[in-house]
Amino acid sequence: MADLLQNAKDAGFEQAEVYRITSQSQPIRFEANRLKEATRRDTSGAALRVIQDGRLGLSATTDPAAEGELPGRVKELTPFGAEASFELPGPGDYPQVQIYDEAIESLTFDAMVQTGQTLIDAVRKDWPDLNCSASVSRGVHRQSLVNTAGLNVSFPQTSYSVGFGGELVRGDDMLSVWEGFGASLMFTDTDWMIESLIQQLERARNTADTPTGQVPVIFTPRGVSAALLRPLLGGFNGKSVMTGSSPIGDRLGEKVIDERISIFDDPTIDGAIGSRPFDDEGIPSRRMALIDHGVASNFLYDLQTAGRMNATSTGAAGRGLSTLPGPGTSVLDVAPGDTPYEDLFLGIKEGILVERLLGAGQGNEMGGDFKANVSLGYKIENGKIVGRIKDTMISGNVYDALSKLEAVSDKAEWVYGSLRTPAIRCLGVEVAAAG
Amino acid sequence: MEANTSQSPTLARSTDLTIRDQMQDALTGHGADFVEIRLEESDSSRIQYRAREIEEIGRTSGRGGSVRAAVKGGWGFVSFNDTDDLKSRVKLAVEQARAVGGEKTTLAETEPQVANVPPVLMNDPANVSLSDKKDRMDHYNDLIWSTPGIQSSTVIYGDNRRRVHYVNSEGAAVDQEFVHVICYISAVAREGGDVQQAGFSIGSLGDFSLIDGLDDEVRAVGKRAVDLLKAPGIEGGDRTVILDPVLAGVFAHEAFGHLSEADHVYESDQLKEIMVLGRKFGQPHLNIIDGGAIPSLRGSMEYDDEGTPTKRTDLIRDGVLVGRLHSRETAAKMGEAPSGNARAISFNHPPIVRMTNTIIEPGDASLEDLLEGVDDGVYVRNWYGGMTEMEMFTFSSGEAYRIRNGRIEEMVRPVKLSGNVFKTLHQIDGIGNDLGMNQGGGCGKAGQSPLPVSNGSPHIRIQNCLVSGA
Repeated sequence: MADLLQNAKDAGFEQAEVYRITSQSQPIRFEANRLKEATRRDTSGAALRVIQDGRLGLSATTDPAAEGELPGRVKELTPFGAEASFELPGPGDYPQVQIYDEAIESLTFDAMVQTGQTLIDAVRKDWPDLNCSASVSRGVHRQSLVNTAGLNVSFPQTSYSVGFGGELVRGDDMLSVWEGFGASLMFTDTDWMIESLIQQLERARNTADTPTGQVPVIFTPRGVSAALLRPLLGGFNGKSVMTGSSPIGDRLGEKVIDERISIFDDPTIDGAIGSRPFDDEGIPSRRMALIDHGVASNFLYDLQTAGRMNATSTGAAGRGLSTLPGPGTSVLDVAPGDTPYEDLFLGIKEGILVERLLGAGQGNEMGGDFKANVSLGYKIENGKIVGRIKDTMISGNVYDALSKLEAVSDKAEWVYGSLRTPAIRCLGVEVAAAG
Repeated sequence: MEANTSQSPTLARSTDLTIRDQMQDALTGHGADFVEIRLEESDSSRIQYRAREIEEIGRTSGRGGSVRAAVKGGWGFVSFNDTDDLKSRVKLAVEQARAVGGEKTTLAETEPQVANVPPVLMNDPANVSLSDKKDRMDHYNDLIWSTPGIQSSTVIYGDNRRRVHYVNSEGAAVDQEFVHVICYISAVAREGGDVQQAGFSIGSLGDFSLIDGLDDEVRAVGKRAVDLLKAPGIEGGDRTVILDPVLAGVFAHEAFGHLSEADHVYESDQLKEIMVLGRKFGQPHLNIIDGGAIPSLRGSMEYDDEGTPTKRTDLIRDGVLVGRLHSRETAAKMGEAPSGNARAISFNHPPIVRMTNTIIEPGDASLEDLLEGVDDGVYVRNWYGGMTEMEMFTFSSGEAYRIRNGRIEEMVRPVKLSGNVFKTLHQIDGIGNDLGMNQGGGCGKAGQSPLPVSNGSPHIRIQNCLVSGA
């Protein structure tokens, strides 16, 4: 491996940084109820980022033999690059975050196969017509950052994920159900996934007519994740704030939604997917409120957007190998409320429960709008789930809906291992359905 | 699928013969039912603006390979960046396949092809200097900002050269090279908490002149973003809609393309029954095709990623399901012919059944004919994206206008539309005569995104289509 930083110094760059990744992932995949494919992916690469004459340049490669060409390429690109509004950081004080587990690295192929097959067999005992697929994956990812300011840090991170689901076909009526979880520390309890899948299947046994118009909507933790968080948090991204395209970019410190909602970005939670001791520019991780009791509290900044806004990086930088870092969320933690989950249904004469969406995010979300087909949702009648709704769309604005909040459940649940949220009941969502 | 917001890979020229020899040598004594090796080199450039300034200009090169093996119906797949020791990669893939397999490997017979396919190049982006590319994008960004009231803009240019060497244990040896050019332009306007956006996404196979002559379109994007702030919303529900060729192309991809991919069907007896050839899905005027052999589009190629020659497949003919898209495995298991639709987004992934260029064939109607008699409807144009899950699908418009008494009237906020494959295709009651192609997107499936595809259609009219509120 070339000493790319030394090469960059030799090439005379004022500031330079080398970002290097090596990862290995080993997913196995089940199709039509049995094991179908075993995969192993080895990925490695290096990116050289420089600041020269006040401008930014980056070039990357996954070809070890081409690393020597990176300083030359960057030199060619940098005169056209963006003006840099920061200096590369030196070493910092990093928190201890548990994101590596030897048990994942030493997990056997047979154990992974057994995990997947057990899930499929268990659910098919009661639902033999369900056509199941599953995936079980383990991986280890190593990344390192060195720069001319003396930073020289790295960490390994393991990941383990289990997902399984099935398709049920009854004439032209089809149902797709799915459950899954991922973590950077090993977990062995997967029985709850079977229960969840069976619950989805049972709730969807009957179909029901969609109540249309502005009816009460309960978003399950998964529904919150699918519908609300992205359009809401887009406005907290440093890039939107910097360009003035955030709807709340000039409202820091003001109440923007109901005071029962607090949302944190927290890369220091042990075992979560997305946790890390420092971000992809080497800035130490910390727990930070984005919304504190309904008040816009902090925006997500990397070095470049922070520099532009006369702020400091919040440690929010993420990056792919071949692109410049940009601000983003790491692990989202939405604070629970005080309503027991069952009580969310109280007093709903007609409403819907939203679990999964289709097509969310494909549209203009910048102002907080959301629109999607409800791919898995149920009708609530007199406080009870009475059947699955289909050919249904919801639309609304997240700032409006979360200001018309009715209740927040008292337990936050992990959704796929990278987000923790309670269920939320609100008004202000328009429901439309095919006639 | 999704509109382009990112993309790219280029290539060092390797000596083909040596590479092919090395690959074939690595296959000797493999001990599996089937093995294939793919090696790839790529090179991409990207220029991106955010608001008034350049945000990123970068160049990335990649190299890597993969081996896929089948033993007793089980598949093993390994991918890597370090392509030195191919023999040990083959061994590992075969071991993995052996650990999985317990049935029988079934692949449709194909004549092993030996070919060296040069890239389709109308106007090679490699012949244009980076500073020239940047000057052109500067110009478009300036044009957006010439509209009063603009808050922000995004301009992205990308080109990507990808060379793929393929060999398999049956003797196929296919080298192919692809050059793609993409461009995405959008404008944002804001008034307090209301943030509106307009844009478009285009692409080409090997034609840099894609980005010529966009002045009018770019100006229109700026104006539309600002006008959207004053545009009213619309109530959700069933409506008569007319789709422009770009959005109708996305509709073809989502409404029927995905469900015609045989990997959804081939292992489910129930789905095989439902998706049986001969079933009526639309009125007799409806014809949908897909094919990598349709030339010079973003989904065009001579061979798919299993080395199977591509063709042009009728999916729906006269309203009736007549064909579907296959890999060699799905074709064999369903007793149908392989269609050349096994595609991998890169060496990092195994080939799976994908669309290429998906088209609703034109009919006779003019746009005026389609508008006639529509007393209250929505004219939807352009697109953000689309998704399919089982029989339900969505497609998202970039522009929407009210239709009243047969006339296109005021702009409204863009809506999202939703359909059901068993109902919506029957509800198409008018097909235009003005085929247009949408080449500005990429398709995502099973973690492989964005795969270059194109889709196209004339204007179409759908009765009682579910439209979201906006």
